[in-house]
Amino acid sequence: MNCLQVVSKRIFFVLLASTILWLPASASDHPVAAEKTAHEEFIPGEFIIDHIKDSHDWHILTKKNGEHVAVYLPVILYSQNSGLNFFMSGKLAHGHSYLGFAYSEETGKIIEMNEAGETIGSPLDFSITKTVAGMMLAAVVILFLFLRMGSSYTKTKNIVPKGFNGFLEPMIVFIRDEIAIPNIGHHKYERFMPYLLTAFFFILVNNIMGLIPFFPFGANVTGNIAVTMVLALITFVITQVSGTKDHWKHVFATPGVPVWLAPIMIPVELIGLFSKPFALMIRLFANITAGHIVVLSLVSLIFIFKALWVSSVSIPMVLFIDVLEILVAFLQAYVFTLLSALFIGLAAKEHHHA
Amino acid sequence: MDLVTPGIGLIFWTTFIFFLLLIILRVFAWKPILNAVKNREASIKSALDSAEKAKDDMKKLQSKNEEILQKAKQEREALMKEAREVKDRIIAEAKDKAQQEASKLIEMARLNIRNEKTAAIAEIKAQVAILSVEIAEKILREKLSQSKEQDALISRLLDDVKIN
Repeated sequence: MNCLQVVSKRIFFVLLASTILWLPASASDHPVAAEKTAHEEFIPGEFIIDHIKDSHDWHILTKKNGEHVAVYLPVILYSQNSGLNFFMSGKLAHGHSYLGFAYSEETGKIIEMNEAGETIGSPLDFSITKTVAGMMLAAVVILFLFLRMGSSYTKTKNIVPKGFNGFLEPMIVFIRDEIAIPNIGHHKYERFMPYLLTAFFFILVNNIMGLIPFFPFGANVTGNIAVTMVLALITFVITQVSGTKDHWKHVFATPGVPVWLAPIMIPVELIGLFSKPFALMIRLFANITAGHIVVLSLVSLIFIFKALWVSSVSIPMVLFIDVLEILVAFLQAYVFTLLSALFIGLAAKEHHHA
Repeated sequence: MDLVTPGIGLIFWTTFIFFLLLIILRVFAWKPILNAVKNREASIKSALDSAEKAKDDMKKLQSKNEEILQKAKQEREALMKEAREVKDRIIAEAKDKAQQEASKLIEMARLNIRNEKTAAIAEIKAQVAILSVEIAEKILREKLSQSKEQDALISRLLDDVKIN
């Protein structure tokens, strides 16, 4: 009894300590900012935005003496002056410059300088950043899960799903029966299943991995506007490519609307075309980013108050929000897939007007 | 606003990773999984259908059996009825015949009796005639000797005759 209490107390403190250790570490994700903030006052806004944003190295923790423990990721730059450059981001840490590249003091982005230290341009940055690395890890996880599942489904005929496959299969069937078939229709849905399934599990796995606060998880992938933009654009392209004659007729000559209204209707319909993927992009980005901000803000309370007792309030709240975020992770993956299917279905369906 | 400005690198990598995933999963995961699910659903459906059919067949068979049983019962009943009728008829006929036979016998017996009787009477008459002749003879012999005694004898003889 007594022993158990000691153990549970110990676990609690280890958890607490690891949370505390992890947090200031994230606060100095940005090397330039890190030098300033590590020894200065804790600024929650900066700390949170640093986490939300992408970075060239993956910060794990900052030791008590201000030393950083981080994984440096490869930097790939294309510059008009020096062509393709490839090096590790450790070379740029702590404000150093390498091959004329350094972090800009104002934006934090990589800029190119000449010998005299004058900025001569900003190279195209194709680096494997924290977000890209997180995404790659998610891709590996997805591949592992589904290639295994796929091979077990090819091997045996009339297989009964076992283990984790039994958890995944209902989701796949759900996407087929509740998302694809009702929105796209029986005849055409099969063509879009690979995209819908890939999008769903890509978003879901990235959402969930973004909620795990330890390396190598916790990258804010689906809360990054570039990622959601690409996903929304793919939906947009699929929607337009699979659009029937009816779909285009609806845009340029809406049935049942007088011709003289066309100058108003056509722009409105065109805006409608683009606002759909735009809403997809913003919805996913904002939901996931907001979740991360809320969790980090609650954790930041401890450091704003500079008191350990605040953790007894903020940690249960973080726990609550985290559970909520797991729901949101599923919900947003579902919503994105559902709306994609809906948009594709609207464009691909044969409409019949009276 | 860095936060809402998509970077070219991430756009490139996201597109690359996503399409790689899409292509690999499409061939090695989604196709076999969806096919397997479809096949399983088809096999479940066909199994259910055949079960339903078997049930229907069973029902049909049962009703047919019932019908056959009913028919057999009816047939048996009819046979029984017929048998009973035949039996009754036979008995009735036998009774009739017996009655006729009996009455015939009785008639014959009566006839015989009558014949015997007439024969007996005829014989008696013959006997009486013989006796009368004998008596007459005796009387005639007696008459020749005594007339009084003759009369007494005649009346006595006559009495004797009457008794017979």
